[in-house]
Amino acid sequence: MKETKYWTWHMAAGVVILFLLGLHMLIMHIGGITQLFAPAGGESISRENSLARDGQLFFTVTYIILLGVALYHGLYGLRTILFELTLKPATEKAISVLLLLVGLGLFGLGTWAAFTVHAIAVARG
Amino acid sequence: MPESSKIVREVKFHITRYNPESDRSPHIQTYQVPVREGMTVLDGLHHIKEHIDATLAWRYSCRMGVCGSCGMLLNGSPTLACNTQILHIAGTDLTVGPLPNFNIIRDLVPDLMSMLEKHRSLRPHIVRANEADINDPEGEFYQTPEELEAYLQFAYCIKCGCCMAACPTLATDTRYLGPMPLGQAQRYNVDTRDDGRNERNRVTGSSHGAFRCHYAGECSRACPKGVDPAKAIQHMKRQLVLDYLHLASRPKPCAKMHGPGSGRPLANVPPAPARTI
Repeated sequence: MKETKYWTWHMAAGVVILFLLGLHMLIMHIGGITQLFAPAGGESISRENSLARDGQLFFTVTYIILLGVALYHGLYGLRTILFELTLKPATEKAISVLLLLVGLGLFGLGTWAAFTVHAIAVARG
Repeated sequence: MPESSKIVREVKFHITRYNPESDRSPHIQTYQVPVREGMTVLDGLHHIKEHIDATLAWRYSCRMGVCGSCGMLLNGSPTLACNTQILHIAGTDLTVGPLPNFNIIRDLVPDLMSMLEKHRSLRPHIVRANEADINDPEGEFYQTPEELEAYLQFAYCIKCGCCMAACPTLATDTRYLGPMPLGQAQRYNVDTRDDGRNERNRVTGSSHGAFRCHYAGECSRACPKGVDPAKAIQHMKRQLVLDYLHLASRPKPCAKMHGPGSGRPLANVPPAPARTI
């Protein structure tokens, strides 16, 4: 049943990614039309608008959630591909542990970066 | 095959030969077979064995697509030799090989043990919490036609191994359970008499279980009995996820009845004869 658990979360992560990527497209790529979350006006990707979004806790949390689900979804997918190479059980275990450590490391780094940028944006008002 | 029917053409059989005691690797040997109308590949192999080369080995039994013994790779497609007419699939040449994804015992004889062991690990039979229901039957389990329909098509599986040979996932992952064992596990999971789904979920939901299936669908295309193992596996995946999330409806396995209607033997029905075994 262990794999059922991983698979279920893999699919749930996919759904969350779909929603958050939709939000990302809406803000970043058609922001010129929608003017969504672009308080400084003009391009959504301008420095002022980016800092304005980074200063909001909602965006910081959203970045971290997107990072978490994308890492989980991607690394589980990679693990699935690697497991099809008929590896020894010990190698499979090592791959799982390695991917878990890589995932946790990148998640930690990304979370630190998101909070640091948030703090800078808040400090600049 | 009646010898009186006229020979339509000569077909070259390119057959994979392999004797593990003398050969390092499989090789191809070609035989010329006079093909008559209605002649199956199995008949062609018999012709070779009787008239050309008595050392050729293959497995067969019923000759009517029921036993599932003569599964082999014909012109690149896994199917039953007894169920396939030569003139339907071959022009002047026909390649005949053992089923892929299995070790070869000799020539066209695959070693099906790996498949059968996986099959056994999924308890492919009715499981009841109370074993006496099965071992000491005192009544019948009634099912509605709809309940029967839920698993009937999967029950037509003859374990020939053609689906396992066609599966691209099994070609790279030898520990993957494969379409036949998974399809059969699902056949019992949806049987209303069965109470073994939880037990099977532990195996089907493992690392090399149902979630390794990419839904290539080759298993269903290859099945000579029209069973759809790919569909069974997709249903199984859904069921596994719902079971994990505790969202699946879990009706109790149907109760045993002691006669139609009232649950007691009818007065005008004579008692069953004494058991002989």
